[in-house]
Amino acid sequence: MSEMSDVNQPDTWAEHMAIAARHPRRVEIVVGLSFFLAILSVFALGWIFTQKGQPQIEGMMLFVLFGGIGFGMAAWGKYLMPKGPFAEEREVLTSEENQERFSETFQRGRVAVEGRRSFLAKMFVTATGLMGAILLFPLRSLTDKGPQADGPLYKTQWKPGVLLVDETNQPVHIGTLDVGGSLTVFPHGYTDAADDQTLLIRAATTPVAPPDRPDLEKWSPAGYLAFSKVCTHAGCPVGQYEAQYQKLLCPCHESTFDVLDGAAVVFGPAPRPLPQLPLMQDDNGYLRARGGYGEPIGPGFWSRGG
Amino acid sequence: MSMIGGRNRPIGMRARAAAVGKTAAVKQGRDLDERLGLAGAGRWLLNYIFPDHWSFMLGEIALYSFIILILTGVYVTFFFVSSGHEIIYHGAYVPLRGVRMSEAYASTLDLSFSVRAGLVIRQMHHWAAVIFIGAIGIHMCRIFFTGAFRKPREINWTIGLGLLTFALLNGFLGYSLPDDLVSGTGLRIFYSVFESIPLVGPWFVYLLYGGNFPGNAIIPHMLILHVFVVPILIAVLLTAHLAIIMRTHHTQFPGKGATETNVVGTPMWPAYAAKSGGYFFMTFAAIAALGGVAQINPIWLFGPYDPIRVSSFTQPDWYIGWMDGALRLMPNWETHLPGHMIANAFWPALFMPGLLFTFLGVYPFLEARLTRDYAHHNLLDRPRDRPVRTAVGAGLLTFFLVMFLGGAEDVIAVFLDTSVQAVVWTLRISLVVAPLIVGPVTYLLCKELSAVPSAGFRPRPNVIVRTADGGYEALPAELHPREQIEELEPAPVGEATVPEIIPGTEPELVGAGRVPRGPAPPVSAATAAAPSTSPSAIPGVRQVSREDVVQTPGRRPRGFFGRRRGE
Repeated sequence: MSEMSDVNQPDTWAEHMAIAARHPRRVEIVVGLSFFLAILSVFALGWIFTQKGQPQIEGMMLFVLFGGIGFGMAAWGKYLMPKGPFAEEREVLTSEENQERFSETFQRGRVAVEGRRSFLAKMFVTATGLMGAILLFPLRSLTDKGPQADGPLYKTQWKPGVLLVDETNQPVHIGTLDVGGSLTVFPHGYTDAADDQTLLIRAATTPVAPPDRPDLEKWSPAGYLAFSKVCTHAGCPVGQYEAQYQKLLCPCHESTFDVLDGAAVVFGPAPRPLPQLPLMQDDNGYLRARGGYGEPIGPGFWSRGG
Repeated sequence: MSMIGGRNRPIGMRARAAAVGKTAAVKQGRDLDERLGLAGAGRWLLNYIFPDHWSFMLGEIALYSFIILILTGVYVTFFFVSSGHEIIYHGAYVPLRGVRMSEAYASTLDLSFSVRAGLVIRQMHHWAAVIFIGAIGIHMCRIFFTGAFRKPREINWTIGLGLLTFALLNGFLGYSLPDDLVSGTGLRIFYSVFESIPLVGPWFVYLLYGGNFPGNAIIPHMLILHVFVVPILIAVLLTAHLAIIMRTHHTQFPGKGATETNVVGTPMWPAYAAKSGGYFFMTFAAIAALGGVAQINPIWLFGPYDPIRVSSFTQPDWYIGWMDGALRLMPNWETHLPGHMIANAFWPALFMPGLLFTFLGVYPFLEARLTRDYAHHNLLDRPRDRPVRTAVGAGLLTFFLVMFLGGAEDVIAVFLDTSVQAVVWTLRISLVVAPLIVGPVTYLLCKELSAVPSAGFRPRPNVIVRTADGGYEALPAELHPREQIEELEPAPVGEATVPEIIPGTEPELVGAGRVPRGPAPPVSAATAAAPSTSPSAIPGVRQVSREDVVQTPGRRPRGFFGRRRGE
């Protein structure tokens, strides 16, 4: 092929093989300079490193190092190498002949499963299928680690009479909060329990209840209300009490709950109200849980029930 | 020998010297070939043609970012302690001294403040991750809108979508590992999302997190997934992705000499190897500069994760933003079944993305079926020439954009000084309406553009010249420099060989300056031959050809180094 073009058109591709640079000398200088800068930056990096390092200078030196090599290589390739353009014929991916010959070759295997041997094939499929079934055994072990029906997905440590404590395990007195104040509380002894976190707010000086459930005033001694702090949408801590509007706000996805209406959802993606923790005041003026939460706290899950 | 030497020439002194220099390399090459039979495949590889178009670089950015991710990731892994065990911090960062935090968070602080070059490598790792995902996204847009996914490349499109999925997953895992307040909130949200999976949700989260939230195993589990399982999946898919590209070759835009059965561009060796290698280093350089001077994920400002704390304006890394936005824009529905529940988060965070990605994954097959086009396609479409596909793509992008804005609804509300409710409702409505507007408008724009032949081309102005006798003449203006260059017909890559270098004459032989490049006479001849077709002919003004006017030799516009490839 190449001999042919030699004879007929000796210089057909000379222009393609020529380089793109009009001033190769300039390119050589620039490429050389960028490689030189890269070399310099290695020494600068070494020096910086011995001086305990400095992120900004390190980053810029790495930029010079990689950039110098990269720019030099790219300019070298672009201006000092055959500029083309060149073309290549695509290989033919598929042909019917190949497909047919493949099928014929594959049919060679038929002799292995013909006649009585088809029984062997069935045995083989059964054996490997049953082999897959043993995967179920480890799966069964895994479910032992799963949530149990009386486990923490369903129940918290809040029980009747449990003392409310703050993060530092200090009990909460009836005078701790002013109206409009809020505090994250835990059941006594469980200040690390993420699911037990409860937002205690003081909405008023006198008991508060939803308009349709006046009997719940007994859950709200001296205007204190306690709601699960785990959002019913995606579990973020509902920490923002906007006393002016009597709303609780989840900062993650902006679900908004009405404090005066049993933390009913007034806006956002949360599907259910925050469960309310019934409160009472003990003889020493400390706040205690009148009972646990009436339902699983937090977002929904498959086995939670309808 | 012909693969190296090429033509039969009388061997001169210089050439003989070169031949002696070559023998060592030739011998080594022969040794390898005799053992592995590499010469044939090697020649194929050296001749492999890469089309020259900037948009083909997008996938390379992704590929190179992945390499950088592995290099920097191995480094940061040496310093990371994958434990949720709580300790009191006594390290170099003074404001957090005495604070209770997990060992994971403390080790990330130590990496940032006490390890030399630790912060710059950690930030490079994070920047490389976001650039990796961004590059994949833009690369996919290029593939989609130009129809590069069509037969025979449908499988590669689906593999690419898998790569995007795993890149998103691993990005999220890596972002969550430091156990800071922002990413910990993300982990809490994802706990709720996984918990919502029908049938297996609660069991799955218990396994993943090691129990009820926060669990005691999530950080070590995430580390294994982040540095082992998902990277291997990415590497396997990436290998398949590249192998399929090599098998089917690149697509190409229509252009001079480009047909359905060839590839026009630059061969792998030497020009493309140099350019692409340089591009790798430039990607590395950009990421290093960002890692050095552009702060990313300053976890020491967020503080350690504590399940009872959260701040407003908590946004995930941008590539998860659309999923967070979907969670925020979702109405507060919950699906109740007898004895069971599908929680709210399932629909926006798992079902909807699953549906979207499934649609994207089967799109090539869907389009082939709907258009009944089962032919092989190696030439790319212009987006305007496929208005329906372009409209679908624009609609999908709009859908993602609205969700992404939804992830920042609180920030937008503060920025616009309005209520979050107003922003959320605007975005909820836009999520449905905006794609339905953008899609058809895109369709109409495409139709309009493809109906106007000159759309997208620079209009050729006329220059009005006053003659000596007071008349006016309209001359077609000189061509834009980019239009003046005659493109060469592509040369068959296997046949072109290196011209012999004669001592003392190298620059003249190899430099482009020797190539005759006249001042573009064909154009003026063409305009002279058909003056009436000049688009801006002014009635009453006599058209003359450029040959009638005395030309002053002007400086031809060109780049610093000479002409560019695309010209």
